[in-house]
Amino acid sequence: MNYRPNKVMFTNFLKIGLSGLSERIGFKRFLYLGKREGPKKLPMTPFWEMVRKEITDHIRNWRFIILFALIVLTCAGTLYTALVNTHKTFSASGAEDAFFFLHLFSSSNGTLPAFFVFIGFLGPLFGISLGFDAINSEQNRGTLSRILAQPIPRDYVLTAKFVAGIAVISVLFYVLSFLVIGAGLFALGIPPTAEEFMRIMVYTLLSIVYVGFWLSISIFFSVRFRQPATSALGCIAVWLFFTVFYPLIIKMVASGVAPTQNASPSALYRYGQLKFYMAQVMPNELFSEITTTILSPSIRSLGPLTMEQMMGAIPGNLPLGQSLLLVWPQFTGLVAITLLFFLFSYVLFMKREIRSRA
Amino acid sequence: MIAVKALTKKYGDLTAVDGLTLSIGKGEIFGLLGPNGAGKSTTILMLLGLTEIDSGSAKVCGIDPMRNPIEVKKRVGYLPEDVGFYNDLTGLQNLLFTAKLNNIPKDQAKQEALRILDEVGLLAEKDKMVGKYSKGMRQRLGLADVLVKKPEVVIMDEPTQGLDPVGMKKFLQLIVRLSRTDGITVLFSSHHLHQVQQVCDRVGIFVKGKLLAEGNISSLAEQLFSKNTFTTEVGIVPPKKKRPQKPVSTATLKLKMEEVLGVARTVFKDCDIKVESSRDVAPELSSLVVNSGYGLSYLHKKKYGLDDIYDQYFQDEINTK
Repeated sequence: MNYRPNKVMFTNFLKIGLSGLSERIGFKRFLYLGKREGPKKLPMTPFWEMVRKEITDHIRNWRFIILFALIVLTCAGTLYTALVNTHKTFSASGAEDAFFFLHLFSSSNGTLPAFFVFIGFLGPLFGISLGFDAINSEQNRGTLSRILAQPIPRDYVLTAKFVAGIAVISVLFYVLSFLVIGAGLFALGIPPTAEEFMRIMVYTLLSIVYVGFWLSISIFFSVRFRQPATSALGCIAVWLFFTVFYPLIIKMVASGVAPTQNASPSALYRYGQLKFYMAQVMPNELFSEITTTILSPSIRSLGPLTMEQMMGAIPGNLPLGQSLLLVWPQFTGLVAITLLFFLFSYVLFMKREIRSRA
Repeated sequence: MIAVKALTKKYGDLTAVDGLTLSIGKGEIFGLLGPNGAGKSTTILMLLGLTEIDSGSAKVCGIDPMRNPIEVKKRVGYLPEDVGFYNDLTGLQNLLFTAKLNNIPKDQAKQEALRILDEVGLLAEKDKMVGKYSKGMRQRLGLADVLVKKPEVVIMDEPTQGLDPVGMKKFLQLIVRLSRTDGITVLFSSHHLHQVQQVCDRVGIFVKGKLLAEGNISSLAEQLFSKNTFTTEVGIVPPKKKRPQKPVSTATLKLKMEEVLGVARTVFKDCDIKVESSRDVAPELSSLVVNSGYGLSYLHKKKYGLDDIYDQYFQDEINTK
């Protein structure tokens, strides 16, 4: 009873804070935009107007259309092979908890990689292509100084670019996921279970976060480098480093410190841990851990496990909550580096002197 | 409207703007004149809060652009050097986007945009993609873009760069007309003397980050050429022998001329004389020449324009080097 007023005060405080925030960015106006016959025709606030323009730019852009076509093609291709596969597993096992819908995303017959592998591969490319010329092209076209001469805070430009990119990716990925589910419905004739549906939704959300990470890096490079070509190359260099060279380095380091065959179990364990932690720096590794865990409920651990820990475990599937808990560190890591790069670009951009085309 | 005190901006060792003090009143057209790299653009950026001020203070419409850049930008229209537009939007769409960023309601924005497009003479091209606009059209669209938010002050950085003489003239006339009808204060920078001379109420000459002189054209001349503002060129004809009155020698003429009040220096070169003076001495000179028995072939009063002012300080610069 004692802390009840406190609680009320706290919720009130929260309400005021939230309404202040939404007032600031004009979220309500954005929501009410659809209601044309509403009592007051509120104009979109400058921020959402900028987001809207960015989204239009993205959608009309050839770069986007090409990548979109590429992703739709791979989606169709992997869906086809997965469906062929699923027919086999479906007729063979016929078990209730076989997670057929998840197989659509995670299985392959060897000719084409699985859907989630493709997304893991094309996602970074997508994020990079949406952001690598975000700021520098505006500057080169001479529009940046004109926009910044308008009464808007400078961070609107950066945030609008980021939000627009995320919006485009979100729509695209959710559409793809729903299409896959729909195709699965037709092909299999059974609806997905709630568990499967939720897993697919979570998976899609997390892929958006992953692409958001690459978007954030590419925006950072676009603030840092004046030439779009340089910033694109920089992004691709980072991407290649993490997909090709960093695993190589890990391998080299790991083979250097590898214990002998008859080393003690604790040494083997430490070695396993070292390899695991070294890989955790790679965003693509984080993402693949996330997706495999979310899409295969049978995965129960990502790092090395001792026999002791395995003892008494009953083989079976994890519920979604537990799977999420398992990849929570990876997820927060991914969000953290996304925000970190956003912060870097923010700091660079806010302090910068904006000259017209120099 | 614009008040600047001891404004200073440094880039490393280079002082781009050095202790600039300036004030511009309401409705005035002020020209900031100076060569490339004099610090004109930097000054403008500081006025808009687009770059940080190292020391000194600036007030635009009574607001500090460092503390409150958004309030300043609400009142000030800025046309950057070599302005850019979204090439895949039409001229009207570009204007509407600017209007939206200024939170102007849609209907009102459209009305206003069409009015301004008409004013700058782009109404016929309003639905053309900006990518297909010519340089002059872009520049006029830039002016429209600045005006769409109904500014109290318009700041333009080299607005006539890259325009042909006719386009330049039209553009400047447009600025003057708009400034006079709506009472807008205009500040623009240029390294082009003649346009500044044509349209500006007041001019500031800006070299190496310092304001050398400021004022209207004639007072500028006084400031820069502290004494000999007037130059009179006189051509004399040696007298014919038949004349009863014996002409004085040119040396005496020179002496006599130098006795005239205000004359500082005379230079004789055969029959051409150049007289520098602090006031207009043409009447005295002409009567002097005739009374001395010479014929007057021509008398040319030279008034200083900005060209001479420009040359003058350029020469100073060269000399100091």
